[in-house]
Amino acid sequence: MSTPILFDLPGPKAKARIRIGTVIGVLVVLGLLAIVLLRLDGNGQLDPARWAILFDPNSGVPQALGEALVRTLQVAVVAMVAATVLGVLLAVGRLSDHRWVRVPITTVIEFFRAIPLLVVIFALYFVLPAFGPDLSAFAALALGLTLYNMAVLAEIFRAGILSVDKGQREAAFALGMRKTQVMTQVLLPQATRRMLPVLIAQIVVLLKDTSLGFIIGYFELLRQARSLVEFLNFNFGNIYTLQIYVGAGLLYILINVLISQLAKLVEKRTRSSARAAGAAAPALPTATVSTGNNSGL
Amino acid sequence: MQFFVDNFDTLLRAFLTTLSLSLLAGVLALVLGTLLAAMRVSPILPLRGLATFYVELFRNTPLTVVFFFVIFGLPQIDTVVSFFPGAVIAVGAYTAAFVAEAIRSGINSVNPGQAEAARALGLGFGQSLREVVLPQAFRTVVPPLGSVFIAMVKNTSIAAGFSVTELSSTLPRLVNADAGALLLVLLGVVVGYMIITLPMAFAVNRLERRVAILR
Repeated sequence: MSTPILFDLPGPKAKARIRIGTVIGVLVVLGLLAIVLLRLDGNGQLDPARWAILFDPNSGVPQALGEALVRTLQVAVVAMVAATVLGVLLAVGRLSDHRWVRVPITTVIEFFRAIPLLVVIFALYFVLPAFGPDLSAFAALALGLTLYNMAVLAEIFRAGILSVDKGQREAAFALGMRKTQVMTQVLLPQATRRMLPVLIAQIVVLLKDTSLGFIIGYFELLRQARSLVEFLNFNFGNIYTLQIYVGAGLLYILINVLISQLAKLVEKRTRSSARAAGAAAPALPTATVSTGNNSGL
Repeated sequence: MQFFVDNFDTLLRAFLTTLSLSLLAGVLALVLGTLLAAMRVSPILPLRGLATFYVELFRNTPLTVVFFFVIFGLPQIDTVVSFFPGAVIAVGAYTAAFVAEAIRSGINSVNPGQAEAARALGLGFGQSLREVVLPQAFRTVVPPLGSVFIAMVKNTSIAAGFSVTELSSTLPRLVNADAGALLLVLLGVVVGYMIITLPMAFAVNRLERRVAILR
């Protein structure tokens, strides 16, 4: 989509150049592929018998990975729901008319956005017990993910609320609605609708971050893969390492690609339905969302 | 307090590890990301496909998994990398995908009329890219690229799970300290990250304002 703006429809000379470039490009790609495959094959990593373990129910590997996936999703769902609820509250709070509400909430949001998620999780898992409450790995991971993502989601919701046309708010006040009514019945529904693609995209980020559970020993997908490898290496020698990791990695990629596609679909639909609704529907404020550091990393 | 003073050296060294990890990975990500972005807008289909594959692959993979493949996966094909270079490669390769996306969206955000006008004036591909499109793209790219790199600094913390003694790893290492001392260490870690990220955010803001143009 981006390409046609930079060059004209190529003429015969340019076509020839592009064709040469394409051939060289194909060769480069094939060369890279060949190197990778040769390296893998040289170590016998491509042996089908090695890969079969991923699908063989007798080995217990598919079951173990499936259960671990469920545990990954559990923590992701808990954190996503909690973070969304808290995120809405924080977003509304940050837009409050009262300074004593606005200032502390802004501080909380900026604090959790500024420090690495892993530090939050470490603080909950290693530092908090020194003061009393002992959190399980699940609780520390879920709470850490919640705290971090609520701050990110708060900024997304805030951008959404601010992007709603000013007239909507004024009209609602003119109808005699109270502040709370304007927020809950007019601004938030429109903001949520508009931010839905970004919210779904944030699920991908959250799902990716559940893998930090590996570091504090929560048995999610990655930790499970690691312990499977250790178990299999102990019994059969080092032959299934790469296969198990690839299996776990592919599970992440599969789910995330599906969610990303869903986000794209929703974005397309909101955009077209906004146009169908006529009027001067402003463009999706995707640019304003990336003001902070929630760039999906 | 005494505990904190005793371990200040550990913290400082950890901070320097985080800093050098960020710098090296940042350079790698910038170079690789720019290359990928150029490939994605080029007219050559296989290069475009390769870059798209790379970006989509890394954007949908957790950084921890990337670490896994670099640290535990590469040895399976006889390429052993030690922990610190491995962390640089993992963070750099992962961030490159996001850098490429930021730069590409910057190029896309330039009004097609600009490129058309440049071509109508008789500028070639290279000239219109160099003189018209890229200078404008660079301006829109500054804020998203800035947040990518700030997020990258925070992401270097994942190296703690892979035996790199960077800033976050001081927490589990000093976990046996008493409550007050541990809290001080946590504070030190947080401040350490902020020493890197806050000036970055400030610089991005300044740069954004300096190169801003009214459209």
